[in-house]
Amino acid sequence: MTDELVPDQADAPPAAPPPKDPTEDAAASWLRRVSSSGSTVTVLAFVLALVIGGILIAVVNPAVTAAAHYFFAAPLDTFEAAWTAVSEAYSALFRGAVFDYQADTFAKAIRPLTETMTVATPLIIAALGVAVAFRAGLFNIGGQGQVIMGASLSAYIGFTWHLPAGIACVVALLGGLFAGAVWGGIAGVLKARTGAHEVIVTIMLNYVAISFLAYFLTTEAFRVPGSAEPKSRTVRPEAQLPLLFGSQYRVTWGFVIAILAAVFVWWLMSRSRIGFQYRAVGFNPNASRTAGFSVQRITVYVMLTSGALAGLAGAVQLLGTSKYLTDGIAGTIGFDAITVALLGRSKPLGIFFAGILYGGLSAGGRFMEAVTGTPISIVLVLQALVVLFIAAPSLVRTIFRLPAPDAELKGATA
Amino acid sequence: MLLELRGITKRFGPLVANDHIDLVIEPGQIHALLGENGAGKSTLMNVLFGLYEPDEGEIAVDGSVVGFRGPSDALAAGIGMVHQHFMLVPVFTVAESVMLGHELTKGSFLDLDSARAQVRTLSERFGFDVDPDARIEDLPVGVQQRVEIIKAMARDARVLILDEPTAVLTPQETDELIEIMRQLAAAGTSIVFITHKLREVRAVADVITVIRRGRVVGSAAPTAPETELAAMMVGRAVMLELDKAPAEPGAVALSVRDLLVLDGAGTRVVDGVSFDLARGEILAIAGVQGNGQSELAEAIVGLSTPLRGSILLEGTELVGLSVRDVLDHGVGFVPEDRSHDGLVGDFSVAENLVLDLIFDPRFRSPLGVDLAAVQANATQRIEEYDIRTQGPGQPAGRLSGGNQQKVVVARELSRPLRLFIASQPTRGVDVGSIEFLHRRIVSERDTGTPVIIVSTELDEVSALADRIAVMYRGKIIGVVPGDTPRDVLGLMMAGVPLDDARRQAAENPTTETKLEEGDL
Repeated sequence: MTDELVPDQADAPPAAPPPKDPTEDAAASWLRRVSSSGSTVTVLAFVLALVIGGILIAVVNPAVTAAAHYFFAAPLDTFEAAWTAVSEAYSALFRGAVFDYQADTFAKAIRPLTETMTVATPLIIAALGVAVAFRAGLFNIGGQGQVIMGASLSAYIGFTWHLPAGIACVVALLGGLFAGAVWGGIAGVLKARTGAHEVIVTIMLNYVAISFLAYFLTTEAFRVPGSAEPKSRTVRPEAQLPLLFGSQYRVTWGFVIAILAAVFVWWLMSRSRIGFQYRAVGFNPNASRTAGFSVQRITVYVMLTSGALAGLAGAVQLLGTSKYLTDGIAGTIGFDAITVALLGRSKPLGIFFAGILYGGLSAGGRFMEAVTGTPISIVLVLQALVVLFIAAPSLVRTIFRLPAPDAELKGATA
Repeated sequence: MLLELRGITKRFGPLVANDHIDLVIEPGQIHALLGENGAGKSTLMNVLFGLYEPDEGEIAVDGSVVGFRGPSDALAAGIGMVHQHFMLVPVFTVAESVMLGHELTKGSFLDLDSARAQVRTLSERFGFDVDPDARIEDLPVGVQQRVEIIKAMARDARVLILDEPTAVLTPQETDELIEIMRQLAAAGTSIVFITHKLREVRAVADVITVIRRGRVVGSAAPTAPETELAAMMVGRAVMLELDKAPAEPGAVALSVRDLLVLDGAGTRVVDGVSFDLARGEILAIAGVQGNGQSELAEAIVGLSTPLRGSILLEGTELVGLSVRDVLDHGVGFVPEDRSHDGLVGDFSVAENLVLDLIFDPRFRSPLGVDLAAVQANATQRIEEYDIRTQGPGQPAGRLSGGNQQKVVVARELSRPLRLFIASQPTRGVDVGSIEFLHRRIVSERDTGTPVIIVSTELDEVSALADRIAVMYRGKIIGVVPGDTPRDVLGLMMAGVPLDDARRQAAENPTTETKLEEGDL
């Protein structure tokens, strides 16, 4: 709806904009612009990324390179080789991510999809956390640190505490949630009390968390007795997330948790009173203050919520997929979550699909590399390009000649 | 220079901001462009100044058609513009400001001496009294405006566009500006004077063109009565004088004692202010922008904490309470800058109508916010306040200024109040909505609510106030009855104590008084 052609009111004199408020965060206003750009842009950004990715695949493909040597003799050979390379790579990507139509049985054919779901699960949950912060005008770049802390505490609870099945898993998940909330909350409190910018603080807290994790793995409390490996004990079976579709697939109840988290975030941001305040503070802290909201308290709550979701993502990854702690437990979940949140335009449903897409690219990328020899780095390039185009909606609009969302002024204020 | 606009049309999507507008500006003429906010005046001037490209129509200078691709083309053609919000760099001196954009150089150095000389020459010629070495930030608003005019004149502007130039001025400064405009016109400069203030138009214009909804609806002579001009502007008869019953003040509801508020730099922005306010009474706090009125209002609402003093509302001390608590004590507050403090522009109209009522039981449901109730409330307020929107779901930031203000006022008046404070309730609001908002405020008073109006507009102060407190440099320099003459108020706003103000006003009546007495 916001990408409709609704001009600014004609009386808003564009040549004389109101004095810009210096407290208005440039980053926050960019964020608002990006997240309000239409889903058309998102889809087109993906198409554009695929096209450029295709060119890259062709360029690095040995067959294409060989054909290019005699390009002027038989130019069609080059194009044919390029077409083959790109179509094979992308079809392998599809087979690795969604449905392997060459598999013997249906159960095997749909395994890629379940792999995608497995990879997507922690991404979706962490991205929901990032999105809550985004929509409240805060940049939580600390997803990585919150994921690590969440995974660490849930692992500790998971392999130390002897609790009955069911309860053990829930307690371990709550532990992860709590640890992430604390880690995010630190940034929130610092922002509210001292004005320290949350971007800087969360980035630094990532390093602290990484170092903590390295330290944990050297302690007796975490390490496997008698082993020197930087690897923790495995969580007790009662604390592990049960499998969702049986032992054939790796998908766990974590996927259901991700869906529940998405529903929760939808309720929080669209239906709850606290979420109303989150959004109000995100859009206009001054008006929120005038309306009697405590901007500082809300800032802390937002970071607690955001961190809690990231911590939950870490717990789900640990209790569902990896089962023990290593220094690479968080992978790049915390950073990819930012991308997924942007891709999903900070809306729960959008994030759910963006997470699936991202998970699919990762799962499919591995398969593509194995089958066609196309380097998996192409997938990283694709992911990066999608984000790049989404972050620059006007670029996409220019390329596809879409109308601008607002009647823009040439020359702005002269 | 003869400037003609022929059939100018400018569209924004489905909205036609200017619809085949024809305008002829003769040399040495003061041409007033009168219209409500949103009528398309500013759009038209932006077209003229090269900021917008017209969809249809052409601009002709001395009979030959010109195409402006940007403000620099317009400047080169001799068209200067003074924007409503000045485009000055606060840390520059006057001479530097005038030079900005066409810097004079001597070798590789800026030639400040020439710029200074230029400022002095122009200043003397038109009696501006501007020091070329003064820093912009140290100058009063009226003088800053003169700097803008000098800037335009230094570039040989032969047509000067003044966009709502009097919005920021005291009556005395307005008088001086009118004098300057006359001198410029006498020297051959044409002036396009954009305004929605009827008094000023009648005082200074040679020709008046009235614009409504993007079209020229007619022109009028400056002798036309105000009611006629207003009717042309709004498209229907408008009651300019608010007819309100005399106040029936009840018991004292609010008493402020010795209130001291410091700003971030430690300056006393509210300096020992004391006053009482009774139920069913409107107290207007008048003053030139920046004399502590806004800070006083903010202190009462709890947005800032006074260093000293007390604010007693029906026996409750408000000092030290949070904004939430103050609002819960039945204080309704319309902030001065609605888009900055009053509304969340990206929120829908419906959401904005409950912005500070979200904890009100009316809008609660077991699962959080009762969206149906929010929606029903929006439908009701939109109807009641005649808020022009595409629907309750439209983002409030997309409404016109008047409608945004109606949203804020509607919200604040939609619960039982013990005190209503409105800062600049009709700033940037069109005539039709002003009338409506004023009626609302008076009817709130008539239900017994004590009302504080903070306003820099004397028209508004005179229309609404039962009593007027004039603030100057953080102090109340006098509390006078609501029917105090404008001249006296104007002088008090400039810091002259009441008795002196009365005497001086009798000796030197301003243009406005003369106009009212019909001897112009």
